[in-house]
Amino acid sequence: MSQSGGVLSDALLVARKDLLLERRAKIGIGQVLPFAILVLLLFAFALDPDRGILKLATPGLFWVTVLFSAVLTLQRSFALEAEDGILEALRLSGMSPAGIYLGKVTALTIELLLLEAVLVLGVAVLYDTKFLGIPLLFVIAFLATLGIAGAGAVYGALAARLRSRETLLPLLLLPLLAPVLIAATRGSEVSLEREAISGWPWAALLGIFALVYLTLGSFLFRPLLEDA
Amino acid sequence: MSAIVHLRSAVALIGRFPALAGVDLDVHAGEILLLRGPNGAGKTTLLGVCAGLIGLSTGEAVVLGEDLTTNRRAVRRRVGLLGHDSFLYQDLSVVENLDFWSRAAAATVADGRAALDRLGVASRLFELPVHALSAGQRRRVSFAAMICRRPELWLLDEPHAGLDSAGRDLVDGLMSEAATSGATVLFASHELDRAEHVAHRSVTISGGVILAETPPSSETRADL
Repeated sequence: MSQSGGVLSDALLVARKDLLLERRAKIGIGQVLPFAILVLLLFAFALDPDRGILKLATPGLFWVTVLFSAVLTLQRSFALEAEDGILEALRLSGMSPAGIYLGKVTALTIELLLLEAVLVLGVAVLYDTKFLGIPLLFVIAFLATLGIAGAGAVYGALAARLRSRETLLPLLLLPLLAPVLIAATRGSEVSLEREAISGWPWAALLGIFALVYLTLGSFLFRPLLEDA
Repeated sequence: MSAIVHLRSAVALIGRFPALAGVDLDVHAGEILLLRGPNGAGKTTLLGVCAGLIGLSTGEAVVLGEDLTTNRRAVRRRVGLLGHDSFLYQDLSVVENLDFWSRAAAATVADGRAALDRLGVASRLFELPVHALSAGQRRRVSFAAMICRRPELWLLDEPHAGLDSAGRDLVDGLMSEAATSGATVLFASHELDRAEHVAHRSVTISGGVILAETPPSSETRADL
């Protein structure tokens, strides 16, 4: 009889596998990234007549673009698990559901952070943004991304079992992530425009969101996986 | 002899349809049991129930000493299921899949490679993505991913499907070896000549119920 390893080793195994799948399929680079840049461009075209509005709206536009891109990334990540009986194989594997969940979250976080790094450059070029408070921006990006991935992995797993997952996932996920969007936008506004120090309460709030989503997700993933 | 699979009045619903409508079945350690029956008879559902993937609506099910109504997870990690799906990531290579699934089951990477060798998967295919393999090659890789877990109960749904003659012989040999080493094999097949040869016993299932239980040699295939 085989016994799986611990939560951490399962998480590392799943994260490594997901990143390997992304490297092979190149969906992130080939589809999600061009989509995200296109959205940034469209915002720039739409708001270009008044550069003042564009500048004010930059943090919000950035995080809305990240959210849309995250939905695509999540759909791809969980569609892979729904193909060829993989979900059943995962249930039979003996791996800890919490480990699978944390592995998915880790891979999603890494993929989204890389995407955000490119989008930051895009924002700098297209929106003529000056970056102040870089450490705060890093912390906000990391915590917001962790929250997005933490909540997204739960809803991704839920939607993966449904035929209408492509339309259902954004409907379920985006309202849940509204607080993350607001906090990330406010925190980013501060780090882009004013004194960095006053943005830390927003970072703390994002940390709380991430912690809540990750804790709930670790517990909710088991019934989602086991009773599928 | 204690039963590895013990089902009594087992009813399983797929949606509202009773795919199993009151199955009584015992399968003993080291036994190879053939499930016969027409399409839609409930064979795949029965294998899914034994794997702990499909819950019972009513009835009793004990597999590998574990009550499936309360402890399906403990059963899942001890069984190996070869289903209609490949259970493989199509974009990963053969060895990447085997490495992942063997480590997921706390087996070693060497166990995965040994299973590939055992299934006769040529080393030139190891680095190919699974989607580039033929159906038969993919079936062999799926089988390898299953046996590297060293399951105590083998649940095989059409194990010969898509395989060439040598592959079918190989699968028969593996089932016999598994039974000799103490594992239990429950498999569904429409290839009755071959299946009857390897099975110790067979049951005929139709309409979600067991119709007959007979030694394979006395079976007739006219109704299947």
